[in-house]
Amino acid sequence: MSGSVDQIFLSLKQWLLSFLSNAPEWVQMAASSLINIAGVLGVFMTLFALISVLERKILGRIQNRYGPNRVGPFGLLQPLADGIKLLIKEDIVPIRADKVVHFLAPILMAAPAILALGVIPYGRNMTAFSIDGGILFFFAVGSATELAVFMAGWGSNNKFSMLGAMRAIAQMVSYELPLIITVLPVVMIVGSLSPDTIVDAQAGYAQGFIPRWFVLTPWGAAAFLLFFVSGLVESNRTPFDVPEGESEIVAGHMTEYSGFKYAIFFLAEYFGMFAVSGLAVTLFLGGWHAPLPWLEFVPSYVWFFTKLGALLFVFVWIRGTLPRMRVDHVMNFAWKFMMPMAFTCILAAAVWHYQAHGWAGWLWSLGILLAVYLALSRFLRTGKNLAARTYRFAE
Amino acid sequence: MSAAAFLIISVLMLAGALAAACLRKLVHAALCLVVAFVGLAGFFFLLGAEFVGLVQVFVYVGAVAVLIVFTILLTRREDEDAVGFNWGGVLVAIVVFAGLLWTILNTASLSVAAPAMEALTVKRIGEVLMTSYVWPLQCVGLLLTAALIGALVLVMEEKQ
Repeated sequence: MSGSVDQIFLSLKQWLLSFLSNAPEWVQMAASSLINIAGVLGVFMTLFALISVLERKILGRIQNRYGPNRVGPFGLLQPLADGIKLLIKEDIVPIRADKVVHFLAPILMAAPAILALGVIPYGRNMTAFSIDGGILFFFAVGSATELAVFMAGWGSNNKFSMLGAMRAIAQMVSYELPLIITVLPVVMIVGSLSPDTIVDAQAGYAQGFIPRWFVLTPWGAAAFLLFFVSGLVESNRTPFDVPEGESEIVAGHMTEYSGFKYAIFFLAEYFGMFAVSGLAVTLFLGGWHAPLPWLEFVPSYVWFFTKLGALLFVFVWIRGTLPRMRVDHVMNFAWKFMMPMAFTCILAAAVWHYQAHGWAGWLWSLGILLAVYLALSRFLRTGKNLAARTYRFAE
Repeated sequence: MSAAAFLIISVLMLAGALAAACLRKLVHAALCLVVAFVGLAGFFFLLGAEFVGLVQVFVYVGAVAVLIVFTILLTRREDEDAVGFNWGGVLVAIVVFAGLLWTILNTASLSVAAPAMEALTVKRIGEVLMTSYVWPLQCVGLLLTAALIGALVLVMEEKQ
């Protein structure tokens, strides 16, 4: 029974494809791909609508006020109203703008985020686009985002747009390194770049109830935290939203966008957030595996989306809690702290692997990580004049 | 199916390359060059070299294109009225094309069937890199580290 519920979406797809059983093979292949694309898009569009209202609700809760509560029950129809508003707004293109580049930028921004969602396994046998180098594909398409940001900044012909684009690209290039390097330990231990294999490697339970997720090893926990922080930066979320710091440069590369083009930027940001969280779930949180053996009757996709939802909540929580970082602090943090820690994760994972994944390896890798962390925190403090701040007031 | 894909990709790629050579605005030319890069990656996918295709996108679209675009942005101003038609460039292009054509036409191996090869997986590439080609890999790593440090030294402010 639980098996059929678990595979209900696959059965649905098979049933839909059965109408085409007489069609030539390439039609069936195309139809199968189209169903996958429609599924991924449908699910994440719904999630986007849901998270946009939930985010405002949670932020309201954190800031001690009501969130949106006028449209529909509990304000749940708010995204519909927002969508209609953005659709009927005037689409303003600056007269000195580079029209083609200005038009193409939001499209090129959203496409990689949607493509990256394709390689993530959402449940047992539920990967929309299953290829051998899935992790590489994720980062390869993600790297096109930088170009889209540049096009938005340059095409707008506006100094705030250009400055915002420069900031965004600088921070994305810097944080792409820790983001990718923290994935390496997982790839090393599993020995594969395929997300499906990585999820399979995290199946089963130690001692009968402790899941074999990578986040429960010292190197995995450190890599997960680093990956999550880099993911925050890559999706331009607070506290790393310096590219669109409204108090400094209006809205960064999105300054000259209005109406539905702005909505597409917004959508791309959220889809990027979903993709990074989905990859974090796949790499470190055991993908669609249940956290406890006697909870395995719950369908796999429920577990995946529960974990995804938890990560998204943390995204919103951080946004409601932390103020924006200064731009030079963001860059220093990437190169002076994130990079060495990411390399240490590789070392710790190697030690864990050669101690046969046992307790000795667990302690050794924890020791290495702690030693480097403490050394870094001492080393980075020296040479800074951390005297008490003096304030000068008008007298 | 694959013939149609070949045709579509080559038309797209050639159009991109031609536009990159002809467009007057340098940033537009750079963006069209990216289309050609993506087309090349498409060819690699079509030939079953998944890893090479992904690295092509990763390195060329993600890094090289951004580098080109920034180079243009930070060095040139008023690029529209900069250059007229460059006959020297045409000459170089013709010579290079003729050379390539001559080499291709004089290569006998084109008519020989390619030997059967095992599927090129990422794992296999990693194994070969870590065994047979470990010294070249180390040398490249050293070179890149030296380049990184060099770039840092160049841009570092002189501390008084």
